[in-house]
Amino acid sequence: MDFSYSKQEALFLQMIREFAEKEVKPLAAEIDEEERFPVETVKKMAKLGLMGIPIPTQYGGAGGTNIMYGMAVEELSRVCATTGVVLSAHTSLCCAPILENGTEEQKQKYLPKLASGEWIGAFGLTEPNAGTDAAGQQTQAVLDGEEWVLNGSKIFITNGGYAHVYVIFAMTDKSLGTKGISAFIVEEGDPGFSIGKKEKKLGIRGSATTELIFEECRIPKDRQLGQLGKGFSIAMKTLDGGRIGIASQALGIAQGAMDETIKYTKERKQFGRSLSQFQNTQFQMADLETKVQAARLLVRSAHYKKDMGIPYSADAAMAKLFAAETAMEVTTKAVQFHGGYGYTREYPVERMMRDAKITEIYEGTSEVQRMVIAGKLFK
Amino acid sequence: MNLSDYKDVYVFAEQREGKLQNVALELLGKARELADANQEKVVAMLLGKDIKPLAQTLIAHGADRVMVVDHDLLKDYMTEPYTQAITQIIEENKPSIMLIGATTIGRDLGPRVSARNRTGLTADATKLEISDDEAHEFRMTRPAFGGNLMATILCKNNRPQMSTVRPGVMQKMAADASRTGEVVEVKINFNEQKINRVKLVKTVKEEKTVTDISEAKILVSGGRGVGSKEGFEKLGALAKQLGGEVSSSRAMVDAGVMEQSRQVGQTGKTVRPALYMACGISGAIQHLAGMEESELIIAINKDKYAPIFSVADLGIVGDLHKIVPMLTERLATMQR
Amino acid sequence: MNIVVCIKQVPDTTEVKINPVTGTLIREGVPSIMNPDDKGGLEYALQLKDKYGAHVTVITMGLPQAEAILREALAMGVDRAILLTDRKLGGADTLATSSAIAGALRTMDVDLIITGRQAIDGDTAQVGPQIAEHLDLPQVSYMENLEYDEATKTFTIRKQLEDGYQVLQMQAPCVVTALASSVQPRYMTVNGIVTAYDKEVEVWGADRINVPDDHIGKAGSPTSVFKSFPKQLKPAGQTFEVSPEEAVELIVNKLKEKHII
Repeated sequence: MDFSYSKQEALFLQMIREFAEKEVKPLAAEIDEEERFPVETVKKMAKLGLMGIPIPTQYGGAGGTNIMYGMAVEELSRVCATTGVVLSAHTSLCCAPILENGTEEQKQKYLPKLASGEWIGAFGLTEPNAGTDAAGQQTQAVLDGEEWVLNGSKIFITNGGYAHVYVIFAMTDKSLGTKGISAFIVEEGDPGFSIGKKEKKLGIRGSATTELIFEECRIPKDRQLGQLGKGFSIAMKTLDGGRIGIASQALGIAQGAMDETIKYTKERKQFGRSLSQFQNTQFQMADLETKVQAARLLVRSAHYKKDMGIPYSADAAMAKLFAAETAMEVTTKAVQFHGGYGYTREYPVERMMRDAKITEIYEGTSEVQRMVIAGKLFK
Repeated sequence: MNLSDYKDVYVFAEQREGKLQNVALELLGKARELADANQEKVVAMLLGKDIKPLAQTLIAHGADRVMVVDHDLLKDYMTEPYTQAITQIIEENKPSIMLIGATTIGRDLGPRVSARNRTGLTADATKLEISDDEAHEFRMTRPAFGGNLMATILCKNNRPQMSTVRPGVMQKMAADASRTGEVVEVKINFNEQKINRVKLVKTVKEEKTVTDISEAKILVSGGRGVGSKEGFEKLGALAKQLGGEVSSSRAMVDAGVMEQSRQVGQTGKTVRPALYMACGISGAIQHLAGMEESELIIAINKDKYAPIFSVADLGIVGDLHKIVPMLTERLATMQR
Repeated sequence: MNIVVCIKQVPDTTEVKINPVTGTLIREGVPSIMNPDDKGGLEYALQLKDKYGAHVTVITMGLPQAEAILREALAMGVDRAILLTDRKLGGADTLATSSAIAGALRTMDVDLIITGRQAIDGDTAQVGPQIAEHLDLPQVSYMENLEYDEATKTFTIRKQLEDGYQVLQMQAPCVVTALASSVQPRYMTVNGIVTAYDKEVEVWGADRINVPDDHIGKAGSPTSVFKSFPKQLKPAGQTFEVSPEEAVELIVNKLKEKHII
């Protein structure tokens, strides 16, 4: 693979950096403080085609690559992890499974509006009793004539309440275990579908994380996504893609904390010298920079394989595992370098440290990533 | 082109609504110096409508001759008629050096005149000198690359050697009412068809209220030492006297005394004014990060160990509540 | 309506550093960008394209790597991009630069020429008005607003002054120079970026412009740089513990010395 950016990617990087710096960064502290979903930012992203980067132009997308999409999540997360995850959940967890599993009618119906950002997408797999063990789905879907009837609930759903389209997983035949899970497309406003409580979180506080409730929720039969009983495999495959998105987010958070720390340690003087002149600072920062670069290569390689159609499941797991743990380490040390100021909300590293934690948890905890990687090793 | 045919230092005496601009007098001061170095004359070009009475002021500030072009077409500045007038003066008089203030008018007029006469134009010079060697070269020095670099420019084989000059840099001479000079009225053969291609609809004067502190040339900034809204009123009076704006440290914003849009520093704005007057600001690192590139920093603080003094060009250890009103009063008296 | 926007690739001067020993610019690692005022001018052109279907061309004169800003312009939505590049054009001052660009413009059918007010590497604000002069076109500089009336084919321009503004009118063909601060340039779109390299950038040499050799490049430049040197560093400041009266004197003297008052 080529490690340098293509000309298009370089141009894309210029655009997304400027966008992140001018449009996203100024709001980061505010949406965190107010726990407010950045509706205005999503509208601006939509105008530029950022909500449909890897979607083909025939479905109204920008026709870009997954590498570009990853760069977008990284650069947005570098200044605001909330904005990064809004894009990641929308693209990886909703657009991608519809693009990869939808019928032509479904693609025509959903993708242009999702890619243009008119609609926001979400994904509902996790349940109170089915987290890492996603096979323990309790939400049920029963076919009643021309309609599916869904009953149950989902939790921790990113973009919940702001999304218009949800890819939802439910048991269609409990006796078949994971082979009895199917995927569905649920729209905002479908009868019997409602948004439950909104979580109050440690980090990514501007991102809406809610419960989804299905009470005799009736949707047309043609909302089934992919084949009957293939839901679990769709979910797993979707999460493989999602993981590179989260890996990009983690990478962005880590980079953002590096940026802030480099700036601060150059400015801050103690004992008559800049912090950056102390060898302790230099060595620790050198180690962190090395890890961030290593994470970037893992993330890029996983995106590249996805673009090329090469299996990337373990690559995605490694990218996410390493990037998330790097983000946690870098942000923790960034706060330490900032000392007392770092613990306050005057400097963004405090927020970055809170934001980093989730990357070790959602779309598969670090433990799940290790299971996936080990699974490939010992198969 | 026979270079020896060209002589004397010409100054565009910019006036607006019959009022001479300060830069015109500053340029005369510099032109006097340049002309004396070459034993030449200083000629002011005064263009406008009913502006002849200003000629005497120009003479008092150093002009040997004032060329007055009084015409309806020159009432408000417009690119084309002004270019035609200056061009005819160049053609008829062959100036060696021509200086124009680097105002929005001068920076519009200069390039148009230089291109019409196929000569060089240096932009926004901050230093002008005649070399003291035999060559007597006219050297024009100007900032480039965002002020990171200075470049000295020559215009060897074309005349006039033109330069626009940054306002506020050159020193005007003290007015000498006893100086005498010649006032010449010049008739210009205007090409009205060309002039009529641009129509002036209106000129609007407005008091610019710069609320974006990062655009302000002068900032009077207050910190914890200012204490209250009343304290900031003292700073406001000084800012008004200096033609600047009031800004604030974070402490006073958090205390609700000042609005966030005026905050300087890490979580506020980065500013780079010509003058940053830090009053009662201790200078925490996050504040310094937002202002240390100001061109001139004057700090007033009670605490002589305040870190703000490490970046200040002039530090005053003292009580701002006494010094600021006294300074405001002093400046007001000077203006009167 | 045919609009040509003249743009320039410049080093991002906020990132420029000077080698204090040699006084030369350290260009390494300094990003090259589209000059901000030019980008503002481009936005005005694209707004006329949005509203009236204008055809927008960008032209730049520079080294081959200036192609980057033309690709950026394509990704922002322009229709045509021209790179004027030739060794003969090198070493040009503003007059020679404007002669060359005017030469290129003379070969085109243009209603409106837009340049930036000034480039951040030179800050001269000369090339726009000089292009207008070479082409014998009317021009308004310091544009902070642009309106177009289709019925009368009239451009109404708001021109910034230090103490207010003027409203001026011109008809095509004409030249304006735009202020970056007056407009928010659009971002490149993702699809614009994806397709920017599929489009053609026309490369023109000096032979395309029919301007005499002694009007372009170094030969056509009346001015030359005698020397360049870094701005002198600020000497360390002094702090005084004095009476308020003396303090006022010190401050007033300092303000006078620096021409603030």
